[in-house]
Amino acid sequence: MAEIIIKNIRKQFGDFVAVQESSFTVEDGEFFMLLGPSGCGKTTTLRMIAGLELPTSGEIFLDGEEISQRPPSARDIAFVFQMFALYPHLNVRKNISYPLVSQGMSKSKIKDKVSEVAGILGIEDILNRPVGGLSGGDRQRVALGRAIVREPKAFMMDEPLGALDAEFRERMAEELRALHDRMGATTVYVTHDQLEAMQMGDKIVVMNNAVVEQFGTPREIYDKPATMFVADFIGSPSMNFLDFEGKLAENDTQVELSGTVLNIPALREGAQGKLSYGVRPEHLQFSDKANFRGEVIASEYLGTTQIVTLDTACGMLKARIGSDQKATVGEKVGLNVNSQTVTVFDRSSGQALKSALNEGVVGNG
Amino acid sequence: MAEVQLKNVSKSFADTSAITDMTFGIDDGEFVVLLGPTGAGKTTTLRLIAGLENCDAGSIEIDGTVVNHYTPAQRNVAMVFQQYSLYPHLSVRDNLAFPLRSPILKTPEDEITRKVNEVAEILHIPNKLDNKATELSGGEMQRVSIGRALVRDPAIFLMDEPLSSLDAKLRADLRVELKRLQAEMKKTLLYVTHDQIEAMTMASQIGVLDEGRLVQFGTPRDIYQNPNSTYVAARLGQPRINLLPSGLFGENGPQGASQIGLRPENIEVGKGRDAHILRVEHLGDQTRLHLKFVEHDLVTLIDAHSDYQEGETIQISAVDPLFFDAAGSRIS
Repeated sequence: MAEIIIKNIRKQFGDFVAVQESSFTVEDGEFFMLLGPSGCGKTTTLRMIAGLELPTSGEIFLDGEEISQRPPSARDIAFVFQMFALYPHLNVRKNISYPLVSQGMSKSKIKDKVSEVAGILGIEDILNRPVGGLSGGDRQRVALGRAIVREPKAFMMDEPLGALDAEFRERMAEELRALHDRMGATTVYVTHDQLEAMQMGDKIVVMNNAVVEQFGTPREIYDKPATMFVADFIGSPSMNFLDFEGKLAENDTQVELSGTVLNIPALREGAQGKLSYGVRPEHLQFSDKANFRGEVIASEYLGTTQIVTLDTACGMLKARIGSDQKATVGEKVGLNVNSQTVTVFDRSSGQALKSALNEGVVGNG
Repeated sequence: MAEVQLKNVSKSFADTSAITDMTFGIDDGEFVVLLGPTGAGKTTTLRLIAGLENCDAGSIEIDGTVVNHYTPAQRNVAMVFQQYSLYPHLSVRDNLAFPLRSPILKTPEDEITRKVNEVAEILHIPNKLDNKATELSGGEMQRVSIGRALVRDPAIFLMDEPLSSLDAKLRADLRVELKRLQAEMKKTLLYVTHDQIEAMTMASQIGVLDEGRLVQFGTPRDIYQNPNSTYVAARLGQPRINLLPSGLFGENGPQGASQIGLRPENIEVGKGRDAHILRVEHLGDQTRLHLKFVEHDLVTLIDAHSDYQEGETIQISAVDPLFFDAAGSRIS
């Protein structure tokens, strides 16, 4: 198993820059997510690691060896495509053993390998079945088996769950993560689904417009977003932004929005001009006594919690509160903000201002 | 403006039974969502009401009239499909006006202009009316295709996963918008989806389908809190309800209890019996603990800012479990 170091890789197709100079490290055994909207460059990055595209410049190290210009076959990386790509005329055993047969491995060794892999995936009882009649879940396990059986240094997966319906996707995501925990194989996984990334990933790279916006653990990225894009893309519903204009100095702990004074974590840098006050929906709570007030516009029931849309003097907000609390449309309520979780952004650059909350995470590239 | 009533409706395709003995009613102005996985019969139900398929047995009534033998046009329903199909060579205005210009409706032009402007206003696209359909974003195109249903003033709206091809953020916005629209216009709307969030947030009533049968019908809150089977219980809630053998927590179930259902919020952390933390998932707004408890895997939610670690042992107990029999039916 292996560590992958990406150093300043860049990819250009003609005049079009698909990936701007990007650097990050995938540590040995990590489940690593490349996350972003379509067209952000995440799949191109994955394809460069696998060798399906060659970078225009930059270096890729796999276990210390520079491999950026090698063909895919010389990289010892398994690429798992949309998982239903199986040979329809072959049975499960033959589908899984295919990569080994083409390597010229002996029959007895292949047999051992296939039973080992079938054991890991829990598909021993369907080895002799044709793949045609299998359920979606089993087909997916077989496709994974075909990648695992080669024992590559790393796995690349490009939206493997994208085509599945919501409920089944969640189940397969759990299974994939559990499989990873059993095998400990370095995995790079591309997705546009932020929940999938948060749920499965040890680390996440968030990309947008060919640029890496942030790189870190799910928790860092959620709690300490480096840019407005990241804050908006991660979380559902996403972070609330209350726009304002003003001048802030280092060590400030308050901002004023349309006459309302709100607390913020102590700033570590000043800023002026177009700014935005960012707060996550779950950090707003109803409180009768609070001065900051809003009118309930809508409430969406989600079982454990509900999402309440509120109209305030500073703009529209969404709050996530317990579904046992009352939120009547038209009612005016007071709002308490968990101010230590607030991030202030500079709207002209899109960057988060450094503060007591995010120092050490934001601004370290 | 209409109510819809399905009575003992069945439909088969060759040897496959798609819908079995389905009965439910939609009151005037209600927002009903049919929820189920792929193949549960959601789309077939919608197509039967629209008249795109005929039932083998049973009756469908719209506003008190049996419509089994009516053509789709006679039923006066408007259907919105998953894949928006706009006329690419026409402007947004002409796309919206198209249904009104059909030979059956023969709407006067000034009436068309009035309606199109009104609908564009509702959908927040008045400034896009003169754009070609192809110049719109995905969300705008889907809004236009919803608008094409709205201009007609049908008796009922039928929507087949209209948001599923959109990205997550837009889907969240349109969910709120669609709910608001329906409430403002007080229209009867039947919506099918496999997405539990859509069902929970928009529906006044949810119908849960399982292999062609309607297995429960009720408000989102009722279905979440009082599922009548393990199947229904597992349809709503993220993370899923934990289904475990009865008696696992030492609780005394009623006669015949074989399984208990415990939503993550019904597991109390801090007292009770030992459980082992397998994995901690920080999802931002919530943190999930994957636990091993007496040989069983279960998931619970904890405060997003608590600091439990993988490998730790914690104590858990069950609060108000739901009891099910061996077949999965709810007992208490």
